[in-house]
Amino acid sequence: MMQEDYLHKQAVAKILLAHQSMPGSLLPVLHGIQDSLGYIPEQAVADIADALNQSIAEIHGVISFYHYFRQTPPGKHTIRLCRAESCQAMNGKKLEQYAKKQLQVGFHETSADGMFSLEPVYCLGNCAGSPAMTIDNNIYGRVSPERFDELIADLKGAAQ
Amino acid sequence: MTRVFISRDATALSLGAEQVVQTLQQQATARNLPLEIVRNGSRGMFWLEPLVEVETATGRVAYGPVQASDITGLLDAGLLEGSGHPLYQGDIEALPYFKNQKRLTFARVGITDPVSFDDYVQHDGYRGLKNALKLSPQEIVKQVTDSGLRGRGGAAFPTGIKWNTVLNAPSEQKYIVCNADEGDSGTFSDRMIMEGDPFVLIEGMTIAGLAVGATRGYIYLRVEYPHAHAALNEAIASAYRNGYLGDNISGSGKAFHLEVRLGAGAYICGEETSLLESLEGKRGLVRFKPPLPAIVGLFGQPTVVNNVISLASVPIILDKGADYYRDYGMGRSRGTLPLQLAGNIKHPGLFEVAFGMTLRELLYDYGGGCANGRPIRAVQVGGPLGAYLPEAQFDTPLDYEAFTGISAVLGHGGIVVHDDTVDMAEMARYAMEFCVEESCGKCTPCRIGSVRGVEVIERIVQGTQRDQNTRLLRDLCDTMTYGSLCAMGGMTPIPVISALNYFPEDFGIKSDVDAA
Ligand SMILES: Cc1cc2nc3c(=O)[nH]c(=O)nc-3n(C[C@H](O)[C@H](O)[C@H](O)COP(=O)(O)O)c2cc1C
Ligand code: SF4
Ligand code: FES
Repeated sequence: MMQEDYLHKQAVAKILLAHQSMPGSLLPVLHGIQDSLGYIPEQAVADIADALNQSIAEIHGVISFYHYFRQTPPGKHTIRLCRAESCQAMNGKKLEQYAKKQLQVGFHETSADGMFSLEPVYCLGNCAGSPAMTIDNNIYGRVSPERFDELIADLKGAAQ
Repeated sequence: MTRVFISRDATALSLGAEQVVQTLQQQATARNLPLEIVRNGSRGMFWLEPLVEVETATGRVAYGPVQASDITGLLDAGLLEGSGHPLYQGDIEALPYFKNQKRLTFARVGITDPVSFDDYVQHDGYRGLKNALKLSPQEIVKQVTDSGLRGRGGAAFPTGIKWNTVLNAPSEQKYIVCNADEGDSGTFSDRMIMEGDPFVLIEGMTIAGLAVGATRGYIYLRVEYPHAHAALNEAIASAYRNGYLGDNISGSGKAFHLEVRLGAGAYICGEETSLLESLEGKRGLVRFKPPLPAIVGLFGQPTVVNNVISLASVPIILDKGADYYRDYGMGRSRGTLPLQLAGNIKHPGLFEVAFGMTLRELLYDYGGGCANGRPIRAVQVGGPLGAYLPEAQFDTPLDYEAFTGISAVLGHGGIVVHDDTVDMAEMARYAMEFCVEESCGKCTPCRIGSVRGVEVIERIVQGTQRDQNTRLLRDLCDTMTYGSLCAMGGMTPIPVISALNYFPEDFGIKSDVDAA
């Protein structure tokens, strides 16, 4: 077993243990794993199924139902762009096109340098600050293409 | 020590509030100015955020919108004394946008420190619970019924009647579930309450627990709201510490336990039975009704499922009485509704007002028209499943029945404004596309109908057999309306058909008026 797999397995075991007695624990478990690993690895699915006495297919069914959960590692930063109506009314589509062009990615993709994953989101509750997006846990409003470039440049700069 | 208020609200943060706080703190230290920054909720006037309010001898003085780069100039001008400056707004509560609201549910938001238990109690918090503890469950339910409160999550079902069903359902374990999924685009009132006054939601849920005999509550919160999550967890921990949650609420011997559970980006999980499935750790497939969740809800037990605003409106009803709340409003829509102005609007924000104001008044007198100065062409009221309304409908009063009368919905009170560059055929197509994305897949009219809907609208726009395809679209919408298990498939036709009826020219169709 590779070192990373081993560390993952340990993290998953810890999360499973912490949630074992909780009723309806599957979503909290999946959140816990994604929070700590960035995604839900295939091996974790088997471990969860084992611990919760469910089939692997059932766990897969739940993961795939929810847009937020992912089964592949994300880029270093995850950008979530709002596609919903209020943001559309404030040039959200232009921002979407611009972001895709600048990062050279489509939705659900990660940039070639591994820095940015781009995800669509349907409303961030920041409709009074449309168009809106988040980068990791930070929220941004009235995002112009210039502002988008600044934020990306800051993160790239920080990575160097 | 001067107290300065800068919001922790997510929209304020998205516009730079955190940088303002840091810069002000640094500069105050450098200048030796004694200062305490309170992170309040937002007043809900988002064109003024980040808003900085300074406590002076004559009351709070506001400045906004403030950027970090303004701080030096503001301090030079005498910010802490409330002196004049181009960003000076004076007393925020004297501005018509604030003054002409009726803030019942939002009474404390923007005023208090949201996670301070003491602040909450000093500003009339927990008075509703105190009264409730003196009443029988039946009497609490009666207060809520008499207040006329109807669910603010969308369906406008009378809250008291729902509670009564749960009260009368015999069971060892019952639950209070707060629907904090707030999936509707253009809405953020739930978020503002959870970030700006989380204790009022906790108090409302505790009262609901006493009313129906439930000792455990869950807040099902959408994962897109990390700031609300943090504020709720802080407030819940503090309520436990202060004996207002736990096994012995405020020394009454009654128990109520509360925890937050996160959703995972599925719009359908805002539908109450899908939400319950999700809370149980399953895919969010909508359940058949009956049985109602009030009878067979979470883990098979009787469950109250209520929206954040419904529950957060309960404390003031128990504090000031059913009559006090019921005296606001019109017809069968009693009390107040926190409206949310969004999209292309000059003054986006939260506007809590008694039912009955017209859309026109709200859009122009308070909203100030489009942000870019262009004419308003269409507004969508009530989220992604709500109707698109043209100017000709703007005199409709904000009232559940009046909206039903024009085949529209008030829903959760979100209003999204579009200017005259909007392509309404594209908005209709998007409504169908959203249904494709978010359908739970359980029934065919919704799952397949929405896919067909996207195709048919595309053909109409391209001009392929336009008449025939328009008829097909209407038939398809009928099938979705009458054949869907829940309102996801059942209401997606509302934005589609309203766009088609009011803005046929965008579909390449000559308007009915021209044709006649
Ligand atoms: C597709 C769909 C999405 C919904 N989303 C929400 C939501 O995000 N928040 C909410 O409170 N109610 C939502 N509802 C309404 C709930 O099913 C339910 O009516 C509500 O939670 C009851 O609470 P209330 O009576 O206090 O409004 C949704 C309904 C449907 C059909
Ligand atoms: S209408 Fe759509 S969302 Fe509702 S139950 Fe049917 S498939 Fe699921
Ligand atoms: S519609 Fe984009 S944040 Fe709400």
